Amino acid sequence: MAKSAQSRAAKSGGDSTPEEILTYYRDMLLIRRFEEKAGQLYGMGLIGGFCHLYIGQEAVVVGMQAAAEQGDTVITSYRDHGHMLACGMDAKGVMAELTGRRGGYSKGKGGSMHMFSREKGFYGGHGIVGSQVPLGTGLGFAHSYREDGKVTMCYLGDGAINQGQVYESFNMAALWKLPVVYVIENNKYAMGTSVQRSSAGTELYKRGVAYGIPGERVDGMDVMSVRKTGAAALAHAREGKGPFILEMMTYRYRGHSMSDPAKYRSKEEVAKMRQEHDPIDRLREYILSNKVADEAKLKDIDREIKDIVSAATEFAQQSPEPDPSELWTDVLLEA
Amino acid sequence: MSEITLVQAINRALTRAMRDDPTVVVLGEDVAKDGGVFRATEGLLAEFGEGRVIDTPLAEGAIAGLCVGLAAQGFRPVAEIQFTGFIYPIIDQMMNHASRIRTRTRGRLTCPMVLRSPCGGGIRAVEHHSESPEAIFAHMPGLRVVIPSSPARAYGLLLAAIHDPDPVVFLEPTRLYRAIKEEVPDDGASLPLDRAFVVREGSDLTLVTWGAMLKETMATGERLAAGGVSAEVIDLATLKPLDSETVLRSVAKTGRCVIIHEAPRTAGFGAEVAARIAEHGLLSLLAPIERVAGFDTVMPLLRLEQHYMPEEQRILAAARRVLAFR
Repeated sequence: MAKSAQSRAAKSGGDSTPEEILTYYRDMLLIRRFEEKAGQLYGMGLIGGFCHLYIGQEAVVVGMQAAAEQGDTVITSYRDHGHMLACGMDAKGVMAELTGRRGGYSKGKGGSMHMFSREKGFYGGHGIVGSQVPLGTGLGFAHSYREDGKVTMCYLGDGAINQGQVYESFNMAALWKLPVVYVIENNKYAMGTSVQRSSAGTELYKRGVAYGIPGERVDGMDVMSVRKTGAAALAHAREGKGPFILEMMTYRYRGHSMSDPAKYRSKEEVAKMRQEHDPIDRLREYILSNKVADEAKLKDIDREIKDIVSAATEFAQQSPEPDPSELWTDVLLEA
Repeated sequence: MSEITLVQAINRALTRAMRDDPTVVVLGEDVAKDGGVFRATEGLLAEFGEGRVIDTPLAEGAIAGLCVGLAAQGFRPVAEIQFTGFIYPIIDQMMNHASRIRTRTRGRLTCPMVLRSPCGGGIRAVEHHSESPEAIFAHMPGLRVVIPSSPARAYGLLLAAIHDPDPVVFLEPTRLYRAIKEEVPDDGASLPLDRAFVVREGSDLTLVTWGAMLKETMATGERLAAGGVSAEVIDLATLKPLDSETVLRSVAKTGRCVIIHEAPRTAGFGAEVAARIAEHGLLSLLAPIERVAGFDTVMPLLRLEQHYMPEEQRILAAARRVLAFR
């Protein structure tokens, strides 16, 4: 995701340029189509292990990345494919990791939840709910220590917010004024348990109040709102004022993982979100009604995305499997 | 009577324990409304209500700590930890509190809790979801560690674990959840928590294992039998306290022993079994003990998983080496 000088200017608070708006559309669409394909490949038995799809939540990470600067760092938990793509990681490498192939970002040894790219500032991909939050705080500590002016975006879910280590992290980040934006992706369900049934106090953006961490609730189904509020939060952290909490109100259309009894919500609820709040449909309407681009231009983007996903899918099936000797590598550095 | 799976046997034992004893409560992530990720707690909410079947927030450390508090007040909490990879934050509570409450209070307080968790690999589910941490818990004084290997033993051992006055870590092999079916009468009868089971009698070689590896070990026993070798197979079932008597009696008879487990080799529970034999049965050995185990690495993703798991060929090769030793 190249950042033009124009887009940098936009980040100071002005509205997005037409070019940027089309980039958001493209990036969200890439995640959507990539995830749909991943779901299919899982169904075909080509993906083992776990596969948590990001469909529905695309506006969150795309909006945040639109507000971020080169060199900022990102860490998240296991619903992570969207974050990798938004950070600019190659769709081929991500898809090949899902299928456990040598060409994957973790040599086919990590899978869906465990991919990393230092070049793109993406520090994983972590499978234990909430445990990435202290790690993200450490990434922020490094930025602070080096005084490099960069910020860590540490993503967590509404389930993770009830883990104790989140609060140990909040305290340290506030105490040492670390440049960390904690992005809570509130998709309303911690696996099968709703926020109302698992959280005392459902205004999750207020969870930093005791530590003096400011927070804000954002319409996470609207990429423009995410970018705007995200930019303000990142600026706060970048200026040395300490951490910030953003609560993104969002929704996942698919199950928690690939086997989900879906007893905890109604089909009507999911359908209503898709029909009335879909982040891609909303942006598409905005683009057309504000004449940011015409149907033909959007079709070009659709085609471009389709090609990227097809190429990734092909690569992910053709890349060789890891050699059995890989079982013993990367455990300790060989002497 | 119809045959049921291991996970249904767990469900049956939980239901029975809750019917028989109002102090039994079940708690964990998604155990109530969803009935658990593997459906082990299905139907409990409908029968026993929200007071006794509790969906908790995602907070494993606090779930375990809560159990210690409940148990100190006379309850018998049964907590489910969704996967063994999520169990590590709980080690603090198990090591520092659950396992030591009896000792620390000189018996004034006890901790009759059960920590249930699916364990082990072979389900294409990568690290966090495929691990075998039994040796970590077996190292903690004051805990019992139990791993069933069949529906009937799961039923009887879980009831025993719930009735036991001390904390029990109850690890359920995920890949056996729906792999075997057998008749399990709902008679409320417990199995002993201090005895290993001889599941195949033999005179030439002793194969010691537990949990899911019993499947491949039994298959190896059959294969050896076809070649005229009579292998005895022992399912330890309860790792702590270890029934070394049953193991030693068998080794005294056969003189040869292979220990099989899925967890990494170094300091795996097989090392303890081998040490017991070396301490108390060395002179009956006709060959060095062999261990067939997982490797000292992290549970790999699907395409390498088959190389990690101690499959039948590896067990058979070890058995043949031990048998050939003169």
